[in-house]
Amino acid sequence: MALIGQDISPPDLRAKVTGRARYAEDFRAEGMVFAKLLLSPMPHARVRSLDASRALAMPGVLGILRASEVNQPDAPGEAALTDEPKYVGEPILALAAVDETTAADAIELIDIDLEPLPFAIDPLDSLRPGGPDARLEGNVRRFGESGPEWDSLKWPQSEFDAAEAEGRLPMGPPEDEWSHGDLDAAFADADYVLEDTIVHQSLTHHPMEPRSSMAYWEDGRCYLYGSTQSTQRTHQALAGQLGLEPDDVVFVGQYCGGGFGSKIAGATIYQVTALLARKIQRPVMMRINRYEENYIGRARPGFQAWTKMGFRSDGKITGIDLYIVQDHGPYGRSGDYNTAGAVTDLMYQPDAMRFRGLTLYTNTPPRAAQRAPGGAQIVAMLEPLVDKAARELGIDRVEIRKINAPTHDSEFGPQRATTTSAFVREAIDAGAAQFDWAGKQALSGQRNGTKVTGVGVGLSPYVGGSSGFDGLLLIRPDGKLYIHQGIGNLGTHSMADTARAAADELGLEWDDCAVIWGDSSQHHPYSAVQAGSQTIHAHTRANYAAALDMKRKLQEVAAAALGGAASAYRVEGARVTGPGGSMGFAQAAERAIAMGGEYSGQELPEDINNYTRGSATQLAGQGLMGVARDNFSHEGSTWSWVVGFAVVELDTETGDVVLVDYTGSADCGVVVHPRSLAAQIHGGSVQGFGQARSQKWVYDPKWGVPFAHRLYTARPPGILDVPLSMDWAAAGEPDPQTPIGAKGIGEPPVGAGSAAVTSAIADALGGRCLCRIPLTTDVILAELEGRAQPHALTEIHS
Amino acid sequence: MAVIRDMMPAFELFQPTSVDEALDVLERHDNTWVLAGGLDSMDWFKDRIKRPDVVVELGSVSELTGIRASGDGLEIGAMTSLRDVVANEDVRSRFGLLADAAAQVATPQIRNQGTLGGNLIQDTRCWYYRGGWPCYRAGGNICYAGTPRSMNREHAVTGQSRCVAVNGADTAGALVALGAQMLVRSAGGERVYEAEDFFVGPEIDIERMTVLEPGDLLTHVHIPGDWAGARFYWETARDRKSWDWALASVAAAIVESNGTIERARIAINGVAPTPVRLTDVEDLIQGMPANDDTGMAAGELATRGFKPLRHNDYKVPLARNLVRRAVRGDMA
Repeated sequence: MALIGQDISPPDLRAKVTGRARYAEDFRAEGMVFAKLLLSPMPHARVRSLDASRALAMPGVLGILRASEVNQPDAPGEAALTDEPKYVGEPILALAAVDETTAADAIELIDIDLEPLPFAIDPLDSLRPGGPDARLEGNVRRFGESGPEWDSLKWPQSEFDAAEAEGRLPMGPPEDEWSHGDLDAAFADADYVLEDTIVHQSLTHHPMEPRSSMAYWEDGRCYLYGSTQSTQRTHQALAGQLGLEPDDVVFVGQYCGGGFGSKIAGATIYQVTALLARKIQRPVMMRINRYEENYIGRARPGFQAWTKMGFRSDGKITGIDLYIVQDHGPYGRSGDYNTAGAVTDLMYQPDAMRFRGLTLYTNTPPRAAQRAPGGAQIVAMLEPLVDKAARELGIDRVEIRKINAPTHDSEFGPQRATTTSAFVREAIDAGAAQFDWAGKQALSGQRNGTKVTGVGVGLSPYVGGSSGFDGLLLIRPDGKLYIHQGIGNLGTHSMADTARAAADELGLEWDDCAVIWGDSSQHHPYSAVQAGSQTIHAHTRANYAAALDMKRKLQEVAAAALGGAASAYRVEGARVTGPGGSMGFAQAAERAIAMGGEYSGQELPEDINNYTRGSATQLAGQGLMGVARDNFSHEGSTWSWVVGFAVVELDTETGDVVLVDYTGSADCGVVVHPRSLAAQIHGGSVQGFGQARSQKWVYDPKWGVPFAHRLYTARPPGILDVPLSMDWAAAGEPDPQTPIGAKGIGEPPVGAGSAAVTSAIADALGGRCLCRIPLTTDVILAELEGRAQPHALTEIHS
Repeated sequence: MAVIRDMMPAFELFQPTSVDEALDVLERHDNTWVLAGGLDSMDWFKDRIKRPDVVVELGSVSELTGIRASGDGLEIGAMTSLRDVVANEDVRSRFGLLADAAAQVATPQIRNQGTLGGNLIQDTRCWYYRGGWPCYRAGGNICYAGTPRSMNREHAVTGQSRCVAVNGADTAGALVALGAQMLVRSAGGERVYEAEDFFVGPEIDIERMTVLEPGDLLTHVHIPGDWAGARFYWETARDRKSWDWALASVAAAIVESNGTIERARIAINGVAPTPVRLTDVEDLIQGMPANDDTGMAAGELATRGFKPLRHNDYKVPLARNLVRRAVRGDMA
């Protein structure tokens, strides 16, 4: 029976449940010492002077590492240590000592003098006339004709005055703009037009495992143990950061206690561990605590947005005008706001759309992709507005989503891109049936004492696959198939699930396969980053390609040994059987080693990545090798979908919301691993519940200092915030543009969970959209009581 | 001096086995700290803001643990775990208000480790103060949370006096409503406080949450039988269903006769620097029917004169409605 579509036990399961799994913090090395960080107490400052002599004189202190000793990339790149910190909590230096207590005591003995610099916490403050810039270079960076340039962008006071008078987001000239269709005509054609200003918070990733690491050097080679989403890419990135060849770095990261986009290619801070270990000639362990993780652990950008949407009486969306101001943090360039524009166009298919936006540097922690970056924010913001229109027009809320959903040929975004497939309606239908939408709809508005029931639905698309990576397989003389995986192991099981494409093609039982992952010294192929829900798509393809290569070689090896045409040999049951007889895989591996050449990896395909070439060369001569680049066709971009359905009970006297029922339904192509898919749909949705209801940042605007820097103040959802049982469903239609038919699923559940809850809360409020996320108790109660909201219209860190 | 957080410094640890021994250690040393379950203390230690030289850990003092009959009521050792309070049959059957409140504290793990005494005397969660800002409560001369631009969504709407922090102890309101007494021992002997007098506001002492001074130990909580078996109402409103402090909470003990309120004792918490006993409300509702009209009148009276800050106006209707629900006789 084919492995794809079955529930199987992933190879890391026993280690995880027995505690044998070793995370970065669990490794030890002879003579290992500990490092601690000195973090900036100010949102923006310059180190005027720093004297570590008293710290260095302390018994047990082994050395410090300063900003001048780490790679300092050009602006807006982020260095691992800096003398110009741009957010509270940014690392200034690291200190190593025999234990953490000594290291912390020593850091307190460092005399540091910081010169405070102007700072901006709220992007709109930075745009006001005379407002502060987050960086000395300015607050925006644009790509002009002569390359990237900085600007200190300010909007006229008249725009802020007009916005205040009209009760809307200020909207000066944007930095990014695209449109299609005739927007004026689209709104003229509309029977119902709505306009709203909507605010979405920033959220720290907060994986359970912080970005701890341990490093040592041996014979000029750096060994680093860290936590990552993507092993091969982290290995390559780390080598680059350290100025070393990949062969001179060994990266080990077999287990990852969560990443959600914050550990895509490792972490900037790993350089510090490696460089400090080299400097003091001792193995160094740097355990990152929750406080530090809060600052350096990455975050989702917040949006201050405005939209105008036009609807025809039949529910068709005629036009969308969308403006997003993105809160960026001080480094890099996050594209969430642009993606939000594309997602909006894709899921609503308006006749005309205009997107305008800009991203402002702020003195808040660095942003990075967080599970459906851009998508998860915008769907939770817009879906309740679609409900509002449906209610106004008397259209069923599920129906209005189907009316506007794309088909396989639909175009979207500035490039008028197309998707590989869009089984959105099928996913909606499967979910609506599983959830019993018709029956649950009847509960909408029902009162039980002080509680009123709200029923919600939220649709959420996100990109679900890339292509063009390599597969690397080896049958060793023990007869087993070794599937080398360069992707990571962040709990999604993709390192096992994508391996099934190879196992199935070679007709193997799962017990005949061994997955090799998480240790660069074990030789990985060039792989996708395990982010953006790429891997189930990218690496079922790559492993399938390598399996086809291996199958041909098995046939040729057997034919060479047993006689007859290679094409007459069948590969099944761990044997190669044809006109001349039959041989097992073990024997085939031995024959391949004897034959050499391409069969054992001495000769390699021209088109594989150089990284794969290096790994394959290391493995050459050890068995029968299958190695290939994924050259399968892939036209259009790959998108997956989840639709969430939620029932909430809202207490009209306290603003409390209890989520009592939830179902998530996916279009993710072929279902490779049902149990793992359920975990992704539910786990992602739970993150969305927290996004919609409780998790947020709080900054003191005067001092630029954050308060939600502990789990209990950041308030991600706890288990009691989740319904007792949750359902799931899947359309299960194969994507035609990939041989296995599977699309990624990690991203879209977050937006589905969040949007279903914001939709359900609006429903419980009789259709009133509060246009703010998270919808905390105070926000809901202020609305119910008709009192002033606890925040200003566009206030984003309250 | 550079600042580092979330990394505990070293201290000298004492683990006495009797109250006398504990008091002796406290008497003999300066800059001491009494450690119960550690859930509040460890945060302070790890952030290196409260830095005792000597920590007296009470986990081995068996006389401070356990629940036993005392007169017509109960006596609970201050080191009794919240889990044991919740599980105790006498507490559940006669003083369910305390069991309900204790059961809502944080999470099962924290209730296993946390003690009743520790929960009662926990420090405020004002994030300016907990962040090490040099405010009044920390011995400075400013309140950072009370200015027009401050972030004070979770702060006080009443009882402010320079400091606007709130008391966050879930069990405090319940014990005020039950008319409990706090037994305090020091080298000088034993003192007994009514629960409502045990907590002190900033107008009395801005650096303390309770009457306890260095060298004092809260040893036991005595719950009299006065309110045993009354109709109890406990509710906490918070952002999450676990591991969260109350935005506002209410604890009520009400004795009714034929639908009429004979007597009541009600406290709210999370709205002021101390739990607030609502004596005016108790007087108002005496002899009135337990219904929504009475509840609304009670809620309005309870919140009269509240002075919300920039971000916490919502606490006024929240507290009003919690009192309303308690009085009108909702099922908790």
